Amino acid sequence: MRSEKANSAPLGLKVAAAAGLAFMHLPILLIFLYAFTTEEKSYQFPPPGLTGQWFAVAWNRPDVWAALTLSVKVASIATAAALVLGTLCAAAVSQTRFFGRETISLLVILPIALPGIITGIALRSAFSMADIPFSFWTIVLGHATFCIVVVYNNAVARFRRISGSLIEASMDLGADGFQTFRYIILPNIGTALLAGGMLAFALSFDEVIVTTFTAGQQSTLPIWMLEELIRPRQRPVTNVVAMIVVVVTFLPILGAYYLTRDGDQIAGAGK
Amino acid sequence: MTTAVLFDNVSRHFGAVRAVDRVNLQIAEGEFFAMLGPSGSGKTTCLRLMAGFEQPTGGHIEIFGETAEGVPPYRRSVNTVFQDYALFPHLSILDNVAYGLMVKGAGREERRKSAEDALAMVKLPGYGTRRPGQLSGGQRQRVALARALVNKPKVLLLDEPLGALDLKLREQMQEELKSLQKSLGITFVFVTHDQGEALSMADRIAVFNEGRIQQLGSPEEVYNQPKTRFVADFVGSSNVLSARLCQKLGLRAAFASLRPEAIAIAAPHNGALSLSGTVVAQSFLGATNRIVVDVDGARIAVASPAAHGIPSIGSPVTISFAARDLHPMEDA
Amino acid sequence: MTIVAESSVLPERRGTVGRLSDFLWRHPHMLLAVLLGPPLVWLGIVYLGSLFALLLQSFFSIDDFSGLINYEFTLATYGQLLSETNLDIILRTVLMAATVTLASALIAFPIAYYAARYARGKWKALFYLGVMLPLWSSYLVKIYAWKLILAKEGILTWFFEKLNLLWLLDAWLALPVVGGNSLSVSYTGTFIVFVYVWMPFMILPIQAALERVPTNLIEASSDLGGTPAQTFRYVLFPLALPGIVAGSIFTFSLTLGDYIIPQIIGSSRLFIGQAVYAQQGTAGNIPLAAAFTVVPIVIMGAYLWMAKRMGAFDAL
Repeated sequence: MRSEKANSAPLGLKVAAAAGLAFMHLPILLIFLYAFTTEEKSYQFPPPGLTGQWFAVAWNRPDVWAALTLSVKVASIATAAALVLGTLCAAAVSQTRFFGRETISLLVILPIALPGIITGIALRSAFSMADIPFSFWTIVLGHATFCIVVVYNNAVARFRRISGSLIEASMDLGADGFQTFRYIILPNIGTALLAGGMLAFALSFDEVIVTTFTAGQQSTLPIWMLEELIRPRQRPVTNVVAMIVVVVTFLPILGAYYLTRDGDQIAGAGK
Repeated sequence: MTTAVLFDNVSRHFGAVRAVDRVNLQIAEGEFFAMLGPSGSGKTTCLRLMAGFEQPTGGHIEIFGETAEGVPPYRRSVNTVFQDYALFPHLSILDNVAYGLMVKGAGREERRKSAEDALAMVKLPGYGTRRPGQLSGGQRQRVALARALVNKPKVLLLDEPLGALDLKLREQMQEELKSLQKSLGITFVFVTHDQGEALSMADRIAVFNEGRIQQLGSPEEVYNQPKTRFVADFVGSSNVLSARLCQKLGLRAAFASLRPEAIAIAAPHNGALSLSGTVVAQSFLGATNRIVVDVDGARIAVASPAAHGIPSIGSPVTISFAARDLHPMEDA
Repeated sequence: MTIVAESSVLPERRGTVGRLSDFLWRHPHMLLAVLLGPPLVWLGIVYLGSLFALLLQSFFSIDDFSGLINYEFTLATYGQLLSETNLDIILRTVLMAATVTLASALIAFPIAYYAARYARGKWKALFYLGVMLPLWSSYLVKIYAWKLILAKEGILTWFFEKLNLLWLLDAWLALPVVGGNSLSVSYTGTFIVFVYVWMPFMILPIQAALERVPTNLIEASSDLGGTPAQTFRYVLFPLALPGIVAGSIFTFSLTLGDYIIPQIIGSSRLFIGQAVYAQQGTAGNIPLAAAFTVVPIVIMGAYLWMAKRMGAFDAL
């Protein structure tokens, strides 16, 4: 307790930490400012004037709505698939003992440990070899592949916290495997799954590299953004969309944080 | 007398590790049975074999005359009190206790009533609405007991039930468990590494070491007549006398055990046996003094009443004991 | 209830579910197969299968005249990979990844150190969110933000102008290699954005490693006469190193494979990711693209092996 009081950070450390955090946050805040600029043709700073008109313009753009709808659909289905696969995998790894358990963890992490471009090209060439036309489902397949790990990490961390004797206790008291899953396992891992699902959604919603390779003519919101970045058409609309994307991804992150804050940390480092 | 649990040459091997190795046991209905041994001796695995969490790799298990192999834990009329209690953290105390009735399809009202009765039996009436996290260790232990007993098991298994409690609470729970077992008439099988606990509670004790039963008998037998060197050492830290010392005392045996409290620091009388040596260590333990005497290089501990005083280190003494207290043992 | 108590073994469960439960209990291998089957089919067959198919293609070559893939085993594509231009690309990318990793560690360490040793209670949660939100916010939006910042008419130029330091910026841009027409088309710009986008991945592993250092070790060091600098050098830093290495796995790997950042902010000289993209897309040379992807895989394989030996995986 004595050391608590004596422990005040040295000034240099405080400054360095604050500067580092500012470096991480200021550029994102800048996006919020640019969403209101009156300047159309350049990225002039400071903005010559402020206006809210671009929100209305963006609202009336069918291409933005189409991209947003596609992204939400892809993210929802990819998340659902990742939830099932990730939970099954986590259950197998943490509840049973078998040869090659370590390899499974490695296999799950591989799609995000390897650069996205490799995953993207591998899937693309596999699709073309198998004569699978690019579609909504090829995008979903790619996304689910790298979303599994997020669900898996959250579920494994929670499974580890459930003492093994809880499941034995349930069986001992007369519950069969399915009853044990329904009454004991599910309530205990529920919030972890929800958190994992939210993170998986955020990950999928934002993904662009793998999507470039697995999408045909369709564009998800990130693909739309990428095209605007390479060939800007209407900069203010891009500014507004960028701001909305920031807000939309923050919500699931905050949600996941509040669901898992007491106990295991969300497996965010494994994005 | 009905046999509650029967182990016929039961083994449980994990690869090369023989956790349980050819164990034979017969536990009678209504018995309070203890499995005593150090950690890794196979006692807990035996308990898990009875509960159905493990399957034997060899031999045969019967519970009340019915084959137990291949019967899942949820179809055995056997319930367990876990070492860490394993209370479901997301359920209230009442729902914890009623869990076994719920999964068997009992009605809501019946569940509530039985669970409340069970809580009253373990002296926790009115605790039903709380959560496991709000209870103390001792209270959680009682809930775990109520949760098992509410199912009216034919055998109750207790895995180190008192291990996590402090001394005072442990002594109190020992008495309660004993009287509960008497009044319910249910067969209790409990696992412990604490020899005092086993001696004071059990009707019979099986002493385990390295996957095997070293000795099976009443607390008095196990304590006073240890059959092997391990039992002598583990149950109450007897002195183990080597063959050479035995020979000196006129006993033909590989080893013999001698309880510290059976030895007096005094000249022998009435045909008692005696040895002479030097005091090498002494400590005050309250009611008794522990005095270690060196007899020809062998160290013999003596528990001497405190009233008899402490001989100083280095002083020559004579120790004496009755011939019947010297128990020959098998070589082990 | 009395019937139940009669027998020590309850009757077999009725119904499909009950029988299935009994069956799975008796055959734990079947349970394992049911659990592991779907993810293994997905990851092991679909994903790994695709990866191996891709790697296999690197052993084919492209016919120079027809532009079609010649399905015969050859190392010619790897020979092509080792041409001077391609080696240049590889070297440039690895150097960039290394400097980005180093810079990320330097920026991340104070944040992680403060969060691990000094932040308590509410501040700790705030720090955690302060790292998590930028980490998870949109990759493209982050790049876009820097496009705004680094643009000639953007905030950075304005800032230098206000401080009357425009000459400094111009002097930097006049430098060879790191300079360029403006920051947004220079290596400096690429470097800044890489650091910005991947640095947050470094913080949490370092913080995790630092949090595992018991406070009494630091007290012991100062008790034994160590100055704060010595304590840092001989106690804290070696113990935090696995965390830094764990974090560097992310920064290094992500920089190695990225092709969007250098495409949007940077000079026209290619990085590995861009080369792969160009080879599989416009050039249509899948074998060479596949051979290019082997480079980051090999580099990361070596890196992970080294990291594992340093015990970095415990800090992940």
